[in-house]
Amino acid sequence: MPISETMTSNPVDLENYRRIFDERPEFRYIVDMIRPGSRVLDLGCGEGHLLKVLQLEKRARVQGIELSEQAIQACVAKGLFVYHGDLDEGLADFNDQSVDYVILTSTIQVLHRPDFLILEAARVGRECIISLPNFGYWKNRLQLFFLGQMPKTKTLPYEWYDTPNIHLTTIRDFVRFCRERGLDILETVFLVTERLPCRRVKFCPNLFADYAIFRLRRREGSTSG
Amino acid sequence: MSSVQEPGSVGIVETKYFTFAEPPNELQLESGKKLGPITLAYETYGEMNEDKSNCILILHALSGDAHVAGKHHPDDRKPGWWDSMVGPGKAFDTNKYFVICSNVIGGCKGSTGPSSIDPATGKPYGLRFPVVTISDMVNAQKHLIDHLGIKQLLCVVGGSMGGMQALQWAVSYPDMVKLAIPIATTARLSAQAIAFHAVGRHAIMADPNFANGDYYGKAIPSAGLRIARMIGHITYLSDQAMHRKFGRGLQDKTAPSFDFVTDFQVESYLNYQGDEFVKRFDANSYLYITKAMDYFDLSQPSGDLRRELARAKAAFLVISFSSDWLFPSYMSKEIVTALRRNNIDVTYTEIQSDSGHDAFLLETETLTNLIVNFLEYANQRDNDI
Repeated sequence: MPISETMTSNPVDLENYRRIFDERPEFRYIVDMIRPGSRVLDLGCGEGHLLKVLQLEKRARVQGIELSEQAIQACVAKGLFVYHGDLDEGLADFNDQSVDYVILTSTIQVLHRPDFLILEAARVGRECIISLPNFGYWKNRLQLFFLGQMPKTKTLPYEWYDTPNIHLTTIRDFVRFCRERGLDILETVFLVTERLPCRRVKFCPNLFADYAIFRLRRREGSTSG
Repeated sequence: MSSVQEPGSVGIVETKYFTFAEPPNELQLESGKKLGPITLAYETYGEMNEDKSNCILILHALSGDAHVAGKHHPDDRKPGWWDSMVGPGKAFDTNKYFVICSNVIGGCKGSTGPSSIDPATGKPYGLRFPVVTISDMVNAQKHLIDHLGIKQLLCVVGGSMGGMQALQWAVSYPDMVKLAIPIATTARLSAQAIAFHAVGRHAIMADPNFANGDYYGKAIPSAGLRIARMIGHITYLSDQAMHRKFGRGLQDKTAPSFDFVTDFQVESYLNYQGDEFVKRFDANSYLYITKAMDYFDLSQPSGDLRRELARAKAAFLVISFSSDWLFPSYMSKEIVTALRRNNIDVTYTEIQSDSGHDAFLLETETLTNLIVNFLEYANQRDNDI
């Protein structure tokens, strides 16, 4: 009995949860990518805001994996089903193509083996939605080039020594990775999120977007990984 | 009934008794033997609602009993064993829920067990009591739940052996369990845990007073039972917890005594736990209940836990504790993996705690947070159907 199908989407609740879009404007675009009624797995789901919007707005059957005990408590308080797990250990519990979407929002850059988990996500999900801060953003380039220092921006606010972001990438790097590892990019959204309202970038995104969302899937017949 | 109030006590409670399985309708046991008549001691807290949809069955651990919350007499030294979790405004809120707990068969706290009178002989069963399993315990509880007129339990919940029973309930009676909360438990007891049980049983059976189990009315095998309990308590703690509680502290002295009386606080603790246990627990019940735990393997008969759990229909909240080395987190993860592969809704969390296996009785705040929300959500789901 899928929980989501028995949940009435209370419009007040939904509006409440949608407030997360003010902080995480990229979520709006991710929600728009999801077909209604899908099965969704959010890796590193945090306090479950995105999952809750998907459950209420898209009647998705949602589940999450999260490392933080406090975040899991917040998920349980939202009536979500979440699993305490370390993403660096992969998704061995999940069968191939067992969910419609695997979502990774601003997560791959904090993993020890992002390549491994991306391929795992593409194995488990019919499609994957991966969002990441773009290190190729012009402000990062300028700070490194002119100031000779590790870039600090609104999307990358940490000092070099306390950043959780150990595997930052540019849009160009990520596109190359997908090509080499047999992943087809189905849809992209490039954004400037540091100033609100967040807006889409069409021209030269690797320079002008500070944030990127990719929807992708394993290429037919590809077994890489 | 959602008004917030200070958590309180259920007050003065009393144990009730239910007898069934009168011959010739004895309970069929997993071993092939039959047992009857059977009396179950049980307690209830809170009020059953009109459609009996607010019933929660709490399942106790090895040395627990039906007395979960409140006191039997105002001057009782301690309340029931999970009083921190059961009562008005607590995790299992007796303003909302009807909470039931019964002593397991094989126990010594009012339910039929080896210290009960065998109607065939008019004497206590002793070792003539049939070996019972976790599934037998659950089958007996099912009679009580039927007797109370409950068609579906909102929740079955328990820690350690109580968690085993919760899992067994979800598999044996899938239509009767809406939510299951197995805590600090396993789908099959490990070789390590069986080994500790075996040492405890050896200590009891090697006691000269054991007399092949027929010690009732005579000197009891208290030395053996005491050792068994001391071993048990070591496994319920953790290295960190022992360090925190006792360290290398000396008991009632400032210098070592250079003899074999109690020197260290940890020794004194184990002595105290052993002594207290001997006063309240029957050695034969210790043999039977540890044996029931040893036999527990939910992956049987197929050997495939996923396949055996496929029958379950409940939604699960599985909880483990980081420093529990008797029922380590990997055992809970094994349950979660099997459930998830069956597309059963499950939430799993490992709670950070240095209290070892005992954490399930101690981490009240975190458990309360998780359980209140989990139960609340279940009600919400109920209303939406």
